[in-house]
Amino acid sequence: MSSNDFIIHKQRNMKRTISHCVPWLGAILILAICLPACKPKNAGNVAMGDASKAYVPPGKHDEFYNFVSGGFSGQMSVYGLPSGRLLRVVPVFSVDPEKGWGYSEETKPMLNTSHGFVPWDDLHHTEMSQTNGEINGKWVFANANNTPRLARIDLKTFRTAEIIELPNSGGNHSSPFGTENSEYIVAGTRFSVPADDANGDVPINTYKENFKGHISFVSVNQESGEMNIAFQLKTPGVNFDLARCGRAKSHGWFFFSCYNTEQANTLLEVNASQRDKDFIMAVNWKKAEEYLKAGKGKKVKVKYAHNKWNEATHSGSSTIKTEVTVLDVSELKDICYFIPCPKSPHGCDVDPTGEFIVGSGKLAALIPVFSFDKLQQAIASKAYDGEYEGIPVVKYEAALYGEVQKPGLGPLHTEFDGKGNAYTSFFVSSEVVKWNIKDLKVVDRVPTYYSVGHLCIPGGNTRKPSPKYLIAYNKITKDRYLPTGPELAQSAQLYDISGDKMQMILDFPTIGEPHYAQAAPADLIKNNGQLKIFKIGENKHPYVTKGEAESKVVRQGNQVHVYMTSIRSHFAPDNIEGVKLGDEVYFHITNLEQDWDVPHGFAVKGAANAELLIMPGETTTLKWVPDRVGMFPMYCTDFCSALHQEMQGYIRVSPAGSNVPLSFSVGTNQPKAPAATNK
Amino acid sequence: MKQPIFTVLTAVALTMLMACGGQEPASSEGQTKNAPKSMVADASSYDPKRGEGKYNAGNTAFGALDAGLAGKGEAIAGTKCFSCHKTTDERLVGPGWKGVTARRQPYWILNFITNPDPMIDKDPEVQAQLELCLVRMPNQNLSDDEARQIFEFMRKNDGTK
Repeated sequence: MSSNDFIIHKQRNMKRTISHCVPWLGAILILAICLPACKPKNAGNVAMGDASKAYVPPGKHDEFYNFVSGGFSGQMSVYGLPSGRLLRVVPVFSVDPEKGWGYSEETKPMLNTSHGFVPWDDLHHTEMSQTNGEINGKWVFANANNTPRLARIDLKTFRTAEIIELPNSGGNHSSPFGTENSEYIVAGTRFSVPADDANGDVPINTYKENFKGHISFVSVNQESGEMNIAFQLKTPGVNFDLARCGRAKSHGWFFFSCYNTEQANTLLEVNASQRDKDFIMAVNWKKAEEYLKAGKGKKVKVKYAHNKWNEATHSGSSTIKTEVTVLDVSELKDICYFIPCPKSPHGCDVDPTGEFIVGSGKLAALIPVFSFDKLQQAIASKAYDGEYEGIPVVKYEAALYGEVQKPGLGPLHTEFDGKGNAYTSFFVSSEVVKWNIKDLKVVDRVPTYYSVGHLCIPGGNTRKPSPKYLIAYNKITKDRYLPTGPELAQSAQLYDISGDKMQMILDFPTIGEPHYAQAAPADLIKNNGQLKIFKIGENKHPYVTKGEAESKVVRQGNQVHVYMTSIRSHFAPDNIEGVKLGDEVYFHITNLEQDWDVPHGFAVKGAANAELLIMPGETTTLKWVPDRVGMFPMYCTDFCSALHQEMQGYIRVSPAGSNVPLSFSVGTNQPKAPAATNK
Repeated sequence: MKQPIFTVLTAVALTMLMACGGQEPASSEGQTKNAPKSMVADASSYDPKRGEGKYNAGNTAFGALDAGLAGKGEAIAGTKCFSCHKTTDERLVGPGWKGVTARRQPYWILNFITNPDPMIDKDPEVQAQLELCLVRMPNQNLSDDEARQIFEFMRKNDGTK
C-alpha cells in the first residue's frame, strides 16, 4: 500500500465515520440551539426579563400615563407604560427653546420670581390631583427644589398653567404632596433659613438661634385649580425631606420626614448623622385650620411671585404678592408632634388604609412602621419623651406598629399595591423589596440597575392603587445601555408586579434625573376632556389676527407690531419693509388652522431668541431686535405640508432715520420703493 | 440499537423547535388588525356625487338667499378660509370659489367642508385637485351652523337671490 492509498483509505474511513454521525450531530445541534433559545421562557427570565409583557404593537396605545419628574432638567416627562415610549416633555421650570417656553413674550411671566426671571430649576416630585383619595386626572403638581416654587400642570393641555413661589423657604424638597381631595399641596423647606422678614445677614453658625423651617399649605381651587398659600407653619430649624398626607381614617393629618435634627450647618454628611433617631413630624392640619380661623395666624411681610396662565388670552401673567399668614407651631402646641425615626429618614409613606406610616431611615438597617391609631392614643395619653424646641416628642414604642428587620441597605421610598404589600427601594443594596405590611415579613426582592431612588406604582400613593406595574427610577446607569461618553442618560426599570414574584420586563432611559413619578390608567387622562385645538373664535389674545384680512404691521414709536397669520403653507404678511435699526419687532403670530396636530413654527435670522411653536388657534409672540441693516429671512420651522419649504418670507431692515415707508403684503409685489436710502 | 434513542432525540428537538417558534403569530396578527383606517380607505362604497358626511339631498333643500346667514358666513370664512381661497375664480392655495355652487351639489360642498379628510382620500376629483394644489384642505373644525353660513355666502357669491 502506497502512502497515497493510505491517505485515500483514511479519508474513506473518516467519511464513513462522519456520515454515520450526521443524524446524531444534527439532533444534538438542534437541541443545543433550542435549549438556550427557549430558556428565557423559564429560568432565564429572572436575569433577562420578559420583554413581551412590555410590548405594545405599533399603532396601539399604552395602558398607563407615567408623569416623571425631570430632576435637574427642570421639566416633566410623560411616558407610556408598559412600552416606555416617551410621549412628551412638558416644560415647567426651565426654558425650552423647542417650544418657545420662556422665550415667547407670553410665557416669560411664568418663570418670574421675586429674584426676577429664573430660567432653570430642579424638578423633583410629581403629584396627581385627587378626589376622595383617588386620582382624578385633572392636574399634576411639581416642585422646584432650588428657587422654591410649586407648579400646576393642566392635563387638558399638558401645559404648565400656574407657578407659585414659596417665601420663607430655602429649597422646596418636601413637596408637592397633597391631601385626599387636593385641598392642599404642601411645600416644606429643605434648608431651614432665617425667615424672609428677619435679618438674614447673620453668621452661618448661628443656625440654632436664627434658622427656622417653614411648611407652606397651598390651597387648590377644586374648579379652576388656582393655588394660594393658605398658611405656613413655622417650625424648628431642621431639614424637611419628604411628606405624605393621611388618608381615609388619618385624613386631616400630614406626615413629614425630617433630618439634621442636630441642626448642623456644615459637613452634614457627618454632622447631621450623629443622632440615633431623627423625626417624622405629624401635622394635624385640621387643627391648624381651626387656629387660622380663630385668628392665631401672624401676617408676615414677604415677597413672592404668583404666575398664572390664561387659556383665553394664551398668555401668562405674574403678580408679586407681599404677605403670608404664619402659624408658629412651638406656640400652638397641638398642631405638630415629632415621632422618633431611625437615622435620617427620607421617605415617609402612608399605606392605602391610612393606618400605617412607613419611615425609611436612609442610614438604617430596618424599616419602622408606625400606627396612626397608636399615635392618636399616645397623644391622648401624653406618652411623650420630652420636647424638641417646644414640640412634643412621642415615645418611639408608643407610636410604633413594628419594624421590618434586615430588609436591605439604604431604604428610601415605599409604594403600595393595595393588596397588603409595600414595596421599598434600597439605594445601597440596589434592589426593590416587597414586604407584607401586617406581618412585616419580606416576601420578594429584585435587583435594580443601579442604585434605585424613587419607585412608582400607578396610584401607589392613593386609596386605590392599580398594582400591575412598578417602575424603579435609578441613580446610576453605568453599563446598562450603549455608552455615550462620560455623561449617560439615567435608567429606569419596569417590573410586572401582578403575580407573587416581581418580574423585570423593560429597561428604558429617561431625561434629566427622574426622582418621584406617578402614573394613572390611560383612560382617566385621555378621556378628561383633553384639547386638540384652541378654538380660533374664542381667542382673546390682545394681538390676535382672525384672518388674513386683519393682518397688518403697526408702528408705535420704535416698536413694530406684526399681526401675522399662518396656515398651510404661508404667512400673511410675508413681505415686510420699513423696519429700522433701533426698532423692537414683535411678531404676534396666529395659527389659523383648526385641525389637530397642525402646529406652525416661526423663526427669524439672527434673533437672540428661540423659535415659536404655535398650536392651532393660538397666538404667540416673538420679540426680535434687528442688529444690522439688511435682508432677514423668516420661515416656518415645523414641517406642515408638502409646501412647507415654501412657507417663508422676508423682512427688510433699513438704517435708523431711513425714509423707507412701513409696508407689508402677501401675494402681491409692492410698487418698487427706493432700493437703498442709506447713502 | 442506537436508532430508537436517535428518534427520541430528534422528536424532542423538533418539539422544542415548534415550541420556540410558537410565540410569534399572536403579535403579528395584532398588527395587521390595527392598521390605521385612513391607510386602507375603501373607495368602493364612495358616492362622488354626494361626498361623505352627514349631508344629503334630503337635508339640504335651500330656498331664497338668507342675507343674514351669508353675512355671518363671510365673517367666518375671513378667519378660516380666505387664507387659501379667493372669492373669484382665481386659484390661490386652493381653487377660487366663483361658481362652486353651480359645479357641486349643496350636500357635496357641506360634506367636504365639514369632513374633508375621508373625501380627500376617496373622491377622484378631489384627488386630482390635490395633485395640482399639493396641500390637503385643512379640517377647520366648522360647526354645523358655521358650515351652513359659509355655504350661504358661497351662494351669495355666485349670485343667488
